[in-house]
Amino acid sequence: MQRKLFKFNGGVKPATYKTDSTREPIKAVPLPAQLIVPLHQHVGGTPYPLVETGDVVLKGQRIGAADGNVSSAVHAPTSGRVVAVEPRVMAHPSGLTTLSVVIEPDGEERWIDCEPISLRAMSPDQVRDELRDAGVVGLGGAVFPSHLKLKPANGGTDTLVINGAECEPFITCDDLLMRERAEQIIRGAEIMQQLLQARRVLIGIEDNKPEAIAAMQHAVSARAAGSMEVVAVPTRYPAGGAKQLIRVLTGIEVPHGRRSTDYGVQCFNTGTAYAIADVIDRGRPLVSRIVTVAGNVERPGNYEVLFGTPMNHVAALAGIKPGTDRFIMGGPMMGFRMPAYDVPVVKATNCILVGSPELFPPPEPEIGCIRCGECARACPADLQPFELYWYSRAKNFGKAQEYHLFDCIECGCCAYVCPSHIPLVDYFRFSKSEIWARERQKHAADVARDRFEFRNERIEREKREKAEKLAAKTAASRAAASMAAAAAPAGTSDHSEDSKKALIAAAMARAKAQREAIAPQNTEALPPDQQAQIVNADAHRAAIAPADGNIAAQPTEKSPAEG
Amino acid sequence: MSLNSPYLRKPTSVTRVMAEVLLALVPAIAVYAWFFGVGILVQIALATATAIAFEAGFLKLRGRPIGRSLADLSAIVTAWLIALAFPSIGPWWLVVAGTAFAIVVAKHLYGGLGQNPFNPAMVAYAVMIVAFPALMSQWPGAGRLDAAAQLDLIFGGARAVDAVTAATPLDSLRTGLRAEGSSVNALLQGDGFGLFAGRGWEWIAVAFLIGGLYLLARRIITWHIPVAYLGSLAALETIASIAAPQSYPGPVFSLFSGAAMIGAFFILTDPVSGATTPRGKLIYAAGAALMTWIIRHFGSFPDGVAFATLLMNLCVPLIDMKTQPPVFGHKTKN
Repeated sequence: MQRKLFKFNGGVKPATYKTDSTREPIKAVPLPAQLIVPLHQHVGGTPYPLVETGDVVLKGQRIGAADGNVSSAVHAPTSGRVVAVEPRVMAHPSGLTTLSVVIEPDGEERWIDCEPISLRAMSPDQVRDELRDAGVVGLGGAVFPSHLKLKPANGGTDTLVINGAECEPFITCDDLLMRERAEQIIRGAEIMQQLLQARRVLIGIEDNKPEAIAAMQHAVSARAAGSMEVVAVPTRYPAGGAKQLIRVLTGIEVPHGRRSTDYGVQCFNTGTAYAIADVIDRGRPLVSRIVTVAGNVERPGNYEVLFGTPMNHVAALAGIKPGTDRFIMGGPMMGFRMPAYDVPVVKATNCILVGSPELFPPPEPEIGCIRCGECARACPADLQPFELYWYSRAKNFGKAQEYHLFDCIECGCCAYVCPSHIPLVDYFRFSKSEIWARERQKHAADVARDRFEFRNERIEREKREKAEKLAAKTAASRAAASMAAAAAPAGTSDHSEDSKKALIAAAMARAKAQREAIAPQNTEALPPDQQAQIVNADAHRAAIAPADGNIAAQPTEKSPAEG
Repeated sequence: MSLNSPYLRKPTSVTRVMAEVLLALVPAIAVYAWFFGVGILVQIALATATAIAFEAGFLKLRGRPIGRSLADLSAIVTAWLIALAFPSIGPWWLVVAGTAFAIVVAKHLYGGLGQNPFNPAMVAYAVMIVAFPALMSQWPGAGRLDAAAQLDLIFGGARAVDAVTAATPLDSLRTGLRAEGSSVNALLQGDGFGLFAGRGWEWIAVAFLIGGLYLLARRIITWHIPVAYLGSLAALETIASIAAPQSYPGPVFSLFSGAAMIGAFFILTDPVSGATTPRGKLIYAAGAALMTWIIRHFGSFPDGVAFATLLMNLCVPLIDMKTQPPVFGHKTKN
């Protein structure tokens, strides 16, 4: 039966460059000398380290524990020794560092005791905790902790979408995974369906992957799961965007800022489904993934890579060609240039794209926008990128937000088609970060103002309270005095004079006693010879004091010239 | 220069877009030269040279890269449209002054490529027809003038105009209709008229239509503006000719006369000065059709396309603002 498919507007059809990396099966990677495992590899809280330098770890041992619920654990990708827990350069264009566990492999690949998880024996909440502690996050690139997405929606989950579209050029890791390991993907999808209590599962694959579609269809029919269906979707970038794929398969458009679960749909990448089956059926946490190596290499292909493996270690296996000037993590449309060649492969690394000026020539110089509207026709979010560009350029961020800047998914279609070669996405990234920075500033200013106002108020209140206390005290003593005066009516004025003087004398005596009671200095109560030394030293100091004064004066005379 | 994604770029450029537009104008220019002689070719050469000179000069004054900006060909598109809008036997300085005005005032004083709110070619036409109404109304008749006579009119001093020039079909129809007891049908039998519109002019319009369809096929323009413009104009003319058949020539004559075809495919579709949203384009083009119709029948200028375009250019910011298409997902709010 042919399923009715829906369309999303826009999109582009760049050359796919996919065939070269699909000729050979997924290959293994020899252990590198060191694995650099960043603790923060996902959206959410940074896990805290569970190991120290010198610890011996087993493959699959937890080395970073989830920090709170919106976080995920991190594991030792192989057995070996922890040689450092220190900040290392991240797989991020910023070039910033992040706390990482550096492991020297012992070459034995000794696993922890892996115990399969019984879905029957555990409550769904327990299963979700297991997935969190097994480090399962979205492997399509968003790396959002999966356990958070595996709760049935309030209104019930209708459709679980498994995303095997893989629309970016060059990337074929999901394609190969589906061709070779379809059964386990389907098994993972079943587990997810069970946790979500989803009515049906739709597996969307772009129709340029007939082998993957056949393999997945075979696996589905072998399991005789009636509620699961493999759907070929038209090849058009970005059909693999979660919202675009949901639209194509179900006709539902999930607006920006809303979750697909509000519409009864949940979406996972094929790699994530595969990883979940690994956790449940084999008790193995997430320690590796499939990574495509493509671009300026002799033999493009796919590799099963342990997290923490330096990218150049993997890319070297494919034969890096001369002229390479960068590594891009991800595809050519949305990927990011890496700050170094030896940054580690992380959970988000679906592709190491080896770049060269021949392959990705520098863009032609940007010229004026002629408002031709090509970008608007290409935008899958139905935005008007040239208007956003206009307002971003003018730093009119309010208007940019009015024109739905934050609905932009940075897919790059607009910049791809622009005849004026305007790097539109860069403008939008700039605007977004400016708006975020301003909001942070505004927030900080609000907090500071609140604190200042609170402090002022507190000081005022304390003053007021003090004054009130004082007033009450004076009133009380006045009342006492007038009572005493009433008791002794004769010679009142003389009496009060005397009592005042007596009070002052008593206060002075108290003060003197207090001064004397203060702990003596270390120069006091010394033996006589030391006392004499001190007196000598003081005399000497007094003698040289004028000279000191002259020296000190010199820089002051100089200072105008310096200024 | 961008070092960020996307690293892939479609092989496209403003130069390519403009070159396609120039290519699409070629059939009409050929037909024009065939019916009316070499005048148009001389005018195109004059306008092109003027446009390049002033474009280069102003780029230099503004400190912009000259070679790269000239290579976008946008000034040449403006020049060709001006040459096609001006009478092909006008004196040389008419088209030169118009083109210079378009490049300097209508384009660079507003900020150059992409910044001009008004269509530069139409600004040139409007300024010149207001300043030199007589010269801008002297058109050649089909096959009446040989090359020497045309060159003499363009470059020569004295102009014995009335003997050799003619009004445009639109103009002569309107003038004719002012006479007592005249009728459209009788007037259309006259010398300057052909099968379904002006003699010669009708085939130029057909050539513009062919060029426009080429632009549509090449996805340089979208269907919205030509369809809305020609459709609205045809509808107005149909209604008018049904209501008063003696005074209105009907839709076919109107669409294939004057600047309706070049306007629909080459002038109103200028993306810089035109509306950009799909709904906005329909409103913009329909408005231009209404203005054209009003100016043609009730105004005193030979044609209404230029003023209609400029008036609608004024409305573009408002039209675009009010016709923003719904963003992905915002239709399904609940």
